[in-house]
Parts: sequence; C-alpha cells; structure tokens
Amino acid sequence: MITAALTILFHGLAFAMVLYIVSVGLGITMGLMNFANLAHGAFAAAGGYVVVVATRSLGLPFWVALPAAFVVVALAGAVVERLVVRTLYGADELRQVLFSIALLFMAIAGFTAAFGPLQQQPEIPAALSGQIALGDVEFPSYRAFVIAAGVAILAALWLLIGRTRIGMRIRAAVDNRNMAEAIGVDTRTLFTLTFALGTGIAGLGGGIGADILSITPTYGQEYLVLFLIVVAVGGLGSIFGPFLAALCIGVVDVAGKYLLPEFGAFFIYGVVIAILLAKPAGLFGVRS
Amino acid sequence: MSLRSLMLGTAMATAAILPLADGAAAKAYKVGLVVSLSGPTASLGQQIERGAKLYQSLHKNGLGDDTVELIVRDDTGPAPDVAKRLAQELVVRDKVDVLAGIIFTPNANAIAPIATQAKVPFVIMNAASWATTKASPYIVRVSQTLPQITVPLAQWAAKQPDIKSVYTLVSDYAPGIEAEEAFASGLKEAGKTVTASVRVPVQSPDFVPFLQKVKDAKPDALYVFLPGGTQSTALMKAYQSLGLKEAGVRLIGSGEVAVEDELPNMGDAALGVVTGFHYSTSHDSKLNADFVKAWQAAYGADSVPTFMGVGGYDGMAAIHGAIKALKGKFTGEAAVEAMRHWSAESPRGPIAIDPDTRDIVQNIYIRRVEKVDGALRNVEFETFAAVKDPGKAAK
Amino acid sequence: MSGIERVKSISASYPGAAASSTWRGLAMGRTGGDLAIAVLLGLGALATLLFGEAYWLLGSQVAITMIFALSVDLLVGFAGIVTLGHAVFFGLGAYTVGIASAHLGWTEPLSGLLLAGVVAALLGAVTGVLVLRTRGLGQLMLTMAFASLVYEIANRAKPVTGGADGLQGMVIAPILGLFEFDIFGLTAFLYTLAVLVAVVGLAVLMTRSPYGRSLVGIRENRVRMQAIGTNVQHRLLSIYVMSAALAGIAGALLAQTSQFVGLNVLHFSLSGEILIIVALGGAGRLWGALLGALVFTLFKDRLSALDPAYWYFWLGLLLAVIVLFAPKGLIGLVDRLLSILHRKESL
Repeated sequence: MITAALTILFHGLAFAMVLYIVSVGLGITMGLMNFANLAHGAFAAAGGYVVVVATRSLGLPFWVALPAAFVVVALAGAVVERLVVRTLYGADELRQVLFSIALLFMAIAGFTAAFGPLQQQPEIPAALSGQIALGDVEFPSYRAFVIAAGVAILAALWLLIGRTRIGMRIRAAVDNRNMAEAIGVDTRTLFTLTFALGTGIAGLGGGIGADILSITPTYGQEYLVLFLIVVAVGGLGSIFGPFLAALCIGVVDVAGKYLLPEFGAFFIYGVVIAILLAKPAGLFGVRS
Repeated sequence: MSLRSLMLGTAMATAAILPLADGAAAKAYKVGLVVSLSGPTASLGQQIERGAKLYQSLHKNGLGDDTVELIVRDDTGPAPDVAKRLAQELVVRDKVDVLAGIIFTPNANAIAPIATQAKVPFVIMNAASWATTKASPYIVRVSQTLPQITVPLAQWAAKQPDIKSVYTLVSDYAPGIEAEEAFASGLKEAGKTVTASVRVPVQSPDFVPFLQKVKDAKPDALYVFLPGGTQSTALMKAYQSLGLKEAGVRLIGSGEVAVEDELPNMGDAALGVVTGFHYSTSHDSKLNADFVKAWQAAYGADSVPTFMGVGGYDGMAAIHGAIKALKGKFTGEAAVEAMRHWSAESPRGPIAIDPDTRDIVQNIYIRRVEKVDGALRNVEFETFAAVKDPGKAAK
Repeated sequence: MSGIERVKSISASYPGAAASSTWRGLAMGRTGGDLAIAVLLGLGALATLLFGEAYWLLGSQVAITMIFALSVDLLVGFAGIVTLGHAVFFGLGAYTVGIASAHLGWTEPLSGLLLAGVVAALLGAVTGVLVLRTRGLGQLMLTMAFASLVYEIANRAKPVTGGADGLQGMVIAPILGLFEFDIFGLTAFLYTLAVLVAVVGLAVLMTRSPYGRSLVGIRENRVRMQAIGTNVQHRLLSIYVMSAALAGIAGALLAQTSQFVGLNVLHFSLSGEILIIVALGGAGRLWGALLGALVFTLFKDRLSALDPAYWYFWLGLLLAVIVLFAPKGLIGLVDRLLSILHRKESL
C-alpha cells in the first residue's frame, strides 16, 4: 500500500516536473504576447538534441550540456521571434496556429535529416545513474534530480518574475499591455526576452526530461497535447498555475498507469474536462 | 474574357496533372512499395525502403533485359485509409504489377481487398499479425509472424532452470496481445505459466511506472514485446534506471527489444538481454557479411540493416524470383503461385514460403546481447530450425 | 433587409477583423473571389471526371476533406467557436456506418450517411452544451479532451471497433442498388461530389440566411447580439450540432468509399489538420475552406510522392509562406488577384 503510494507520488512528481519545465514558457508567451506557439515543443526537442550532441558526440559533461541547451535554444527562440513571430503579434489566432504548425513541420523534417528518425538519449552522469532508497523502496536517482530541477526552476522563475524589475515589467505587460507601454515599458525588447526565456526553459526541459519524454524528431507533435493541457489547466500567464496543473496531471497519469493500466489515458482527459468545466480559464488563469 | 480563360487554364492545370506515360518496353515491371516514411515510425519505413533498393541495385542485371521499377509511397503510419488509397492509385494510376511493403497490420488489412480485386500479388515485408495472410489469396509474407518468433523464445525460457516466474509486458494493441498469448501458450506447453502480465498503452512515453510494479513483484524474468522497435531505448533506460537487472529480473523479449539500430543508444543496460528473432545483423554467414557490407557501402557506416531492412531485401528477392520463374508470362495469379514455392538463402538464413499458408518458414534464433569488439551485438546461441507460423498450425 | 443592415453596422464598427470582410465584401462586389473559386472547382471536377481517370480516388478524398473543412469553417470561421477535436465527429460518422455494416448488416449507403449524420449530431448536442460554456484556450482543450476520450473508448472497444487493427468486414451496397464502388473510384468520386454539392448548397443558403448572419454577429460582438434579443447560446449550440452532423457525414463518406475504418479517423492529428486547412484557405469564407482542402490534399499527395521522407518540410514551408504573405489565406490571394485583374480591365 505504502509502496504503491510512494511509487505513484515519486514518479508522478518526476513526470509532472518535466511537463512543467517544458510547458511553463508556453504559458508565459501565450499569456503575455497572446501568441499561440504550437511549435513550442520543437524548441524543447532542440534542447534535447543539444544535450544529446554535447554529451554523446562532444563528450562534454552533463552539467555543461544543460546550460548550453538553455543558451542555444533561447538564442534560437530570440532569432525566430525577431524574424517572424513578431510580425504575427495581434494577428488572427488561426494565422498564429498555422504559422507555428508550419514551423513545427519544418523542425520535424530538420531533426530527422540531422539526427535520423530514431529516439536519442543523452549520457547521464554516473552520480545520477544509481538508486536512492525512500523507506524500503528504491528509486532511480536521476528522477530525484528531475524533481529537484523542477522545483528549482519554479523558485527561480518566482524570483525573476516576482522580485526583479524585468519581472515587474512582464507582470505589468501581462495585466495591461497598453498601460505598461504608456508608462514606458519597452514591450518590443521585453517580448523578445520573454520569448527567448520561455523557449530556453523549454530547451532545458527537453534535455532534463529526455529520460521521461524521449527525444525524437516528432517530439513537438507527440507531446503537444500534454503541454497545451498543462497550460490550459494551469491558466495563461501564470507560473504557479502550470506547476499545479502539471502536478495534478503527472500524479493522476502515473496513478492511472500503475493501478489501472488498461484505462491509462482516460484519467488525464477526465481530469482535464472536470477542471476546465469548473474553471474555464484554468486554475490560475488571468484570462482565458 | 482574359479572366475566364485564366481560370480555365488554372483549373486544367490543377486537375489534369497527367499520369506518367507508360513505358513501352514489354518487360518493365513495376512494384508499388507502400511504407511509413514520416511520423514517429519513419525509421521502420526507411529500413524497408533501403533494403528493397539495395536488392534492386545489387541485382540490376539478374533479369536480363527486364527491369523492375520501385515506386515508393508514404502511408504516414497506421492509417489504413491512406494506405488503401495509395495502393488503389498504384494499381490504377501507375499500373503496378506487385504491391509490397507495409509496416502496420491495419494497413495490410485495408489493402488486401485491392490486391484481390486487381489480382495483384501483395508482398508483405513487415506487418506480423498471424492472420493477415488470410485477408487475401494474393498475399505472400516474407517477414515474420508474432507467434513464429515468440513461441520458440517461450520454449527456450521454459527450459531455463533459473526462470521460474515470468512477468509479461506488451503494448496494448492487437500484435502485442498476440505476442502475449503466444508467449503464454509456448510456456504452458512446457508446463510453466506466466505469473503476471501488464499491457501498456501503445503511445507510452514512460515505462518506469510499469517497471516499478514489475520490480515489486520480483519475477525471475520479464518478457517484453514492443511495436517494431521505436520504444526499445526508452524501455532499456527504464530497466536500467530502476536497477531491475541488479534486482535479479532478467529481460527477455521479442527481437524488437534489442533491435540493432537502437542498440548503440541503449548502452550497457542491454547486455545480457535474451531475445528470439529471425534476423540478427551479426548473423554468422558469408551471405550476411556481404549483405551488411553492401548496406553500409550504400547507406554509410552508421546505418545497420535490421529485420525490417532484410524484410525489404527478401521481399524484392521473392519478386525477382517470381519474375525469373515466369519467363515473361507474368500474371498476378502465376506470380503468387511462383512465390508459394519460392525458397532462398537469405542474409537471415534459409527461408521459404509455406505453399499452404503463403507465410514464411524460417529459422528462429535465440540471441543474447554481448559486447563484441567494443560494440553491442545480438549473438545467436540456439536455433529453432524451419519454424512455421504456430498461429496457423494451431487453428 | 434590416438584419443585414444591423450586422453590417456591427461588423463595420470592427474594422480589420477578418470576419467582417465577407459582408463588406458583399457590398463591394468582392464575392468575385467566391465565384472564381466556384467556377474553378467546377471545371476542375469536370476535367477530372473526363480526363483524370487516375485521379478519381484522390478526387473523392478531396471532396470528403472539403465537406469536413466546411463543417469546421462553419464553426471556427462563422460562429467563432474554436475546436481542436472535430475528428471526433468525423470518426464517429465513419465508425457508425462501419459498425452498422460490419455488425448489423446495414449496407445501404444513403441511409447510412443519414444515420452517421444523426449519431454525430447527437454527440454534438451532448458535448456542445459543455464546450460552449467555455471560450478560447479552455474551449480548444475541452474539445480536444472529449475527442481524446472517444479515441480511447474506440481503442478499448475492440469487439465492436476492431481497436488498433481497424474495423474489418464492412461491405457497402451499390448506391441506389445500381452503382457499385469500383476500384477506379468513379462511383466514389461521383458520389462524394454529389454529396459535396448538396452540402455546399445548403451551407451557402444557411450562411446567407438571417440565421447565418446572426452567427457572424455573435462572433463579432456577443454582448450586442444578446442585447438585440438573439438567443446566443441557442444559436451557437445549433450550429455546433449542425457542424457535427456535417463532419459525421464526411467521415461516413470516407468509411463508405474506402470500406475500412481505422482509429486514425478519430486521432488528434486529424483535428489539427482540418484546422490547418481552414486557416490555409481563409477562415470565415466557405469557398476558402474548399480551396484550402483542395490545395492541402493535392500538395500532400504530390509532395509525399515526390519526397516521401521529407515532404513535411515542404508542406511546412508552403504554410509558412501563406501565413506571411497571404494574411487572409488562399482566398485572400484570389481576391487580390481578381482586384488587380479588375483594375487592369477597367483601365
């Protein structure tokens, strides 16, 4: 009984943290810029590939590969934002959807050409490849690291958004963009920075979570539904909402798989329907 | 009026993309190859396509003046309606003499009536549900059936004194369930039973929760079947990160679990995994060594042929064989008849088509993953010779 | 006429909205784009029928996609209800005729079509009540979640649906007892074409009716429509149900013409694809949806034959170019082309 509960909680948390790290940036960009970026997952996959290449082909340590994933993907995000995404702010939502899907398709083809269609796994440091014991149950240490990373990123984001000037500007712009601009916030730069930050964190999530959501060219398409669910259930423009949503979904999903594998996927969708009917704007939604 | 003529012109251009002119040469055969080349299972289709093309390029002159043209189409994955339409178009538009390929069983089932209606031989290069050959008298299968590769492994497992309890884990769709049943029946024949089994969702990104449950149950062996080898790395990582090997749970499975193109990604976690299969890239024969060499010359040293590649290769061999045997008097019925009696030495070993079922008869090898010259290989150590599909034998 | 005036005044007060273009377009004679596409499609269909024997099958696929796209455009483009789960109705329609044929021996095609429409409409009524309580992203996710649930149910219910193996053993009787479905796809082509023409006719009538205009009004300004006495919730639900029925009919056509049903008809990626098609053609314009369906299906077919491994890339490139250079979709391009020609002629 206790073993089962511990197992569900532990693996549910690990899954939840991966979902959170990848999705939180999506929620922020959707909340702040009103840009529906369905290609968000492709940025996460790109981060995964950076970690794979760094650890396997270049032989760099994992701890160097992770920041590299963040930086590379954030830069890529900034470039994409400056070149094209910017022209679509305020555009019809369907055009945004169409454009980001187009981006996703091209990314899938690009990843396939560069890395082949098979899934890739990064090299995990020896220190994290063992087991840790919780009570009388052993768990993979890497997943404990994933959980810690998720909490750390939540804390970092909370500090950044809640305690710095940049965060203040972001919050102001989410609440009322016109007002923020009127009092002198440079939203152009702010949007680029936010987009880069959001995609960068996703890249980090792709790398950290490769153990749970495997890196394949179609990553961004296969898991898109999960990321959208986290954002929709959590609420747009919030950093705590997606955290809570990811927790719900991660734990419910693992519990379903562990206890009633035959009905695996029913649970997630059941929870999503229930929450959205009760709170259409999501748990922490500023607006829907 | 310029407007109307413009529109007319555009309409014509859109609608009348002319069909390719038929080659006038009397002995130019066409083979329509339908495989999945995009989406999550793209690697599988790529293997079959490469295998088929390799056979073509190595046997260019094998048919004298006759030529065989391959027309490749992407059915995008398990999408029976797409596969069916492509097959139909290959028949009516491209006028192919043979349909071939097919990764997924539902796609094969959807195409089967087309083959029957058009009297076109349909050479299946993967789709492995045992009953598929019954869907049309024009189907010939050169790949494998699930019971065929599973039952020998179960028989082997039953003989192992240190395997007293077996847990099975399969993907929850028809082939997985077929594998689960075949394994249980093979074990039962030898007087042992499966202690517990779990079916995981087909789209299952994370195996860890399932394997954690296996670990709690502490079986001696875990039998696994996964679709065509796209999730094996994830499974192996989960097996390793939970320390199942250290906990004394041996991993055995259908060959997809240790498929060669994924082995390098799996790392040492895969060492010691025992699988039953019909083809190993490291199968010890001159023919296979030449095959692998030709493959890597064509597709680069990083690419290794897997059972899918061999399926494509042998499928083309069967088609060429039928063409050769018929000496210009090629009809659909005659070609199926020729293939029913076809046998050959393949890179995987001796193979033949069972004239009664049009299904393949071949050796099934029990292999163990070992490190040879610094690389992971499936090393064969026991052979079940000329295995017929037990699925059909039982019925 | 007061209805039109009213809506026109509403939409005119929201300049820039893609939506209002239809009605302003009417006033300014921009239905030329619609007409051009109608003529083009008609001629294309005729040419395919006469000379394109090898393309009849693809033609029926295009017609089916058009009906499906139309059903989504009515929802997304006209009523402003977003959906990422419309495959649920398409798939339900397909499974309805499939199951009716394989298990109950109901092989008559026309009544099967009707049955599929009714069953899909029923599900539309049930889920519509819930979906319409939300808006925006929440709505999108809710439609997706419902569709995914149904997908899982179909996957589980193997004895009925055949699960991942697909539903086998369905037979469809000749249409009207006369026209059997042939391997060349002639019957399939004409049959789907006939249904398409009927559906387009109905849709055009509907969107021009006061009812259709009230939908646009709701999309543009819900509060105002409520204020002038429209029962907004009721209108939205009715269009939701109607759209579901149309999608069900499209799915039924696919099942009947391919005589096979696989789980992919319920899959999320189909819901996404059809939304792409509507956006590509130009949302809110029926003829745009039809054009989008034609271009997308043809491109996909040709690209995947020319470059089976990387056709995704070219499709993505095409979509990106359209988004960046044709903000109003393909039909926007047609409009622009026509106005250029028009200017030249009048010079």
